[in-house]
Amino acid sequence: MAATTVVTSPISQIADATRVSGHVEASRSGIWVGIFAIIMSFAALTSALLVRQGSGEWSHIVIPSILYANTLILLLSSVTMEMSRRALAKSAGVTAWIGITLLLGLSFVAGQYLAWRHLAAQGLYLATNPNSSFLYVFTGMHALHLLGGIAVLVYLLGRVIGGYTSLRPHLLDNTAVYWHFMGGLWLYLLFVISTRL
Amino acid sequence: MEQTQPQSVHVHAPPEGFLWKYVFSLDHKVIGKQYYGLALIAVFTGMILSWLMRFHLVWPNAKIVGLDLISKSGAPGGVITPEYYLSLLTMHGTLMVFFVLTNAPFAGFGNYFLPIQIGAEDMAFPRFNMMSFWTTAAAFLVLVLAFFIPDGPPISGWTAYAPLSAVGSDAGPGLGWGQNLWAISIGLFCIGQLLGSLNFIATTLDLRTKGMTLMRMPICTWAWFITSCIGLLAFAVLLPACLLLILDRMAGTSFFIPSGLVISDRLQNHAGGSPLLWQHLFWFFGHPEVYIAILPAMGIVSHVLVTSMRKPLLSAKVIIYSMISIGFLSYMVWGHHMFVSGMNPFSSLLFSFPTLTITIPATILTLIWLGSLYGANIRITAASLFALGFVSMFVSGGVTGFFLAQPSIDIYLHATYFVVGHFHMVMGVAAIFGILSGTYFWFPKMTGRMMNETLGQLHFWFTFIGTYCIFMPFHYLGLVGNVRRYASFIDDFMPALMPVHRFVTIAALITGAAQFIFLYNLIHSRFFGKPATDNPWDGTSLEWSIPSPPPWNNFGGKHPVVYHDAHQYGVKGEKGDFIMQDSPETAAG
Ligand code: HEM
Ligand SMILES: [Cu+2]
Repeated sequence: MAATTVVTSPISQIADATRVSGHVEASRSGIWVGIFAIIMSFAALTSALLVRQGSGEWSHIVIPSILYANTLILLLSSVTMEMSRRALAKSAGVTAWIGITLLLGLSFVAGQYLAWRHLAAQGLYLATNPNSSFLYVFTGMHALHLLGGIAVLVYLLGRVIGGYTSLRPHLLDNTAVYWHFMGGLWLYLLFVISTRL
Repeated sequence: MEQTQPQSVHVHAPPEGFLWKYVFSLDHKVIGKQYYGLALIAVFTGMILSWLMRFHLVWPNAKIVGLDLISKSGAPGGVITPEYYLSLLTMHGTLMVFFVLTNAPFAGFGNYFLPIQIGAEDMAFPRFNMMSFWTTAAAFLVLVLAFFIPDGPPISGWTAYAPLSAVGSDAGPGLGWGQNLWAISIGLFCIGQLLGSLNFIATTLDLRTKGMTLMRMPICTWAWFITSCIGLLAFAVLLPACLLLILDRMAGTSFFIPSGLVISDRLQNHAGGSPLLWQHLFWFFGHPEVYIAILPAMGIVSHVLVTSMRKPLLSAKVIIYSMISIGFLSYMVWGHHMFVSGMNPFSSLLFSFPTLTITIPATILTLIWLGSLYGANIRITAASLFALGFVSMFVSGGVTGFFLAQPSIDIYLHATYFVVGHFHMVMGVAAIFGILSGTYFWFPKMTGRMMNETLGQLHFWFTFIGTYCIFMPFHYLGLVGNVRRYASFIDDFMPALMPVHRFVTIAALITGAAQFIFLYNLIHSRFFGKPATDNPWDGTSLEWSIPSPPPWNNFGGKHPVVYHDAHQYGVKGEKGDFIMQDSPETAAG
C-alpha cells in the first residue's frame, strides 16, 4: 500500500467513498428487490383469483365509483412526490411538497376506507362472496403497503423539519420509486378489479 | 462530513450493553449465531418428535412416561392417539423444513459468512436483519405454543392441505386454534425470510469489496445469493397463501373450501372454493423451498471439499451455472407434487418434463464433485467426512427423483413411504450433513476454539450409517405399498412389514442418541476446546484472513482488496500450497 499521512489518506478516502456509495447503491437495490417481492405476492393473488373464478359461485360486483376519485388522488400524489425531489435539489420548499404528498396519501387511504363503508352499506362484506373477498383483499393489501410508504414520508418530513442537511437525497429518491410503484400497482389492481370482479 | 472517518461510515456503532450485544444485536455475526441457535433448538425438538412417532409406530400400546403431562387428550395415560400422532407429524415436518433446513444453512451460516466472504463490514440493512431474526423467533414461539393449548397442534401435515386445514375444529383435533397458530407462524416466518432475502441480495450486489467480482465470490457465497433470490419469490407467494388460509379460517371466506362440504355431520357454511388452489400456491412455494434447503448445503460442501482436497474443483463456473439453472427451473416443476391431485393429466405431462430436466444440472453437480474427488488426496476431518456424506446422500436420495418425476410411476408411489424415503435422504439428511459439515468447518472461526475431531468423526460414522439404515428401508416399504401419514400399520398386508419398521425404529433411536455426541462436542468445545488459529484449515477465502473469532467490524476498519478467486489450491504460495484471496502474490509456475 502507498505511504500516506494519517489525516488525509487518499487510499482510505477512496475506499470510504466506495463504501458510502455502496450503501447508497444497496438501498436502491433494496427498494427494487422489495418491489419485486411485492409484485410476486400480487401475481400470486391474481392467479388465485383466476383459479377461484374457475372454481364456482362466482358473481359480479359493481365497484364503488369513489375508487376512481381515489385513483386520481394517488396519481396526483406521484406528481407532488416528484415536486419534492426537485425541491430538494433546489433546497427550497421540500417541507411543503412532502407535506402535500403525505396528505394526498392519507386521503387516498381515507378514500379507500369510504369505499369499504360503501360496500358494507350494500351488505357486501369480506365473506359475502368470492368477489367481495378479493376486492377487500386487494384493496386492503395495497393500502397496507401504501401505509408503509406513508410511515416513511412521516419520517422524512421529520428529517426535513430538522434541517435539509440531514436528508440525504437517495432516501427521498428511494421513497419516490416506491411511491410511484404503489401508484402503478394500484392502476393494475383497479384494472383487475373492474374487469374481473 | 462523515466520509473522513471510517468509524462513522460503518453502518452501526460498536454494540454496548448485554441487550444490544447479544439480544437485539445488529451485528450479522450475532444474528447468524442466533439463527443457528434457534435451528439447534428446533432440530432437537423435531428429533424427539420423530422418536415419539417411530416409537408409536412399532409399539402402539406402550406408555410414554410423562407425555400425558403435555397433552391429556392426545396421549391419555401416555399412549399416543392416532390423531396426536398426526399432530406430532405436522410439528416435526414444520419444525424441520422451516426452522431447521431454512434457518441453519441459509439464514444462519449465510448471515455469518456472506458479508465476511465478500469483504463487507455488515449486511446492507442491519436493522432489517435484526427484525428478520426476531420475526422468525416469534414465528417459532407461536408454532410451539400449539403444543400447550388444549386443542393441540394441527393434524394436517407440513403441507396443510385444504380443505382439511381450512375448515376448522369440526374436522378433528388441532384444527381449531392449533391450525390458526400454524398459519400465523408460517406467515410470520415468510416475513422474516423476505426481509432476510432482501438483505442478502442487496448486500451481495452492492457491498462487495474492491476486486471481489461476482465470479471471484466463493461458491457458498453464490449459493446463498441464489438461495436468497429463490427465497424472495417463494416466500412472497406463501405469505398471501397463508393470508387467504387465515381468512378462510377466521373470517368465513371461501377461497379453499368447496360447496356442500359436510364434516362431522355438519354442513360447512362455505361455497365454491378450490382445494387445488391451496396446493398450487403451496407447491409453488414448496418446491423452491426444497432448493432453499439444499443449495446452501451444496455451497458449503463445495467450499469444504475444495479446502480439504487441496486442489480446485473441476469447474467452479459450471457449479455456479448449474446452481443458477436449478434455481430457475425450480419454479416450473411444482405440479410434480400434484400428479394425483385431480389436476388435468396434460398438466402432469407438462410438469414432468421440466422435473426431468432439473436432474441434468443436479447430475452435473454430482459429477463435478465426484470427478474432482477422483485422485484427490483428501484431508479427512469431521467436516470433510460430512461433505462426502452429503454427496452420498444427495445421490442416493436423488435417483429416486427420476422415478417420482414420471406420472405413471408416481401414481403408484405417491403417498407411500417411497416419497418419504426420497425426500428425507435428498433434502432432510443431505442438508443436515451440509449444516454439520459447515459447523465442524467454521466452528473455529465463529468461536475461536476447535471442536474435538475424534468425537466429530465418531458422530459422522454413527450418523452416516444410521441414516442409511433408517431411510433406505423406506424405499422398499413404499414399493410394496406401505402408505405414509398413518399412525399404525395393522391393516391388510402391512402387519407383515412390522419387522422392517422395528429395525427402522431401533436405528432411529440409536442415530438420534448419537446426535448428543455432537451437542456435547459443540457445547464443551465452545468453552474448553483448543484455541483455534486464524486459518486452521489453510483456506483461501476472506473469512480466514481475519482473527478467530472476528472483531465486531470484521476487518478492523480496513478494507480488504481481492486479487484471486477462492480456488487457489495446489499452488506454491508464501504460506503453503494455497494463495489467499487478498494476497497480491501470483501462483508460481
Ligand atoms: C433429482 C431431482 C429430483 C426430482 C426429479 C424429484 C422429484 C420429486 C417428485 C416427483 C416428488 C413428488 C412425489 C410425490 O409426492 O408423489 C418429489 C417429492 C419431494 N421431493 Fe423431490 N425430486 C428431486 C430432488 C429433490 C431435492 C434435491 C429435494 C430437496 C432438497 C427434494 C425434496 C422433495 C420433497 C420434500 C418431497 C415431498 C414433499 C411431501 O410430499 O411432503 N427433491 N420429488
Ligand atoms: Cu418438488
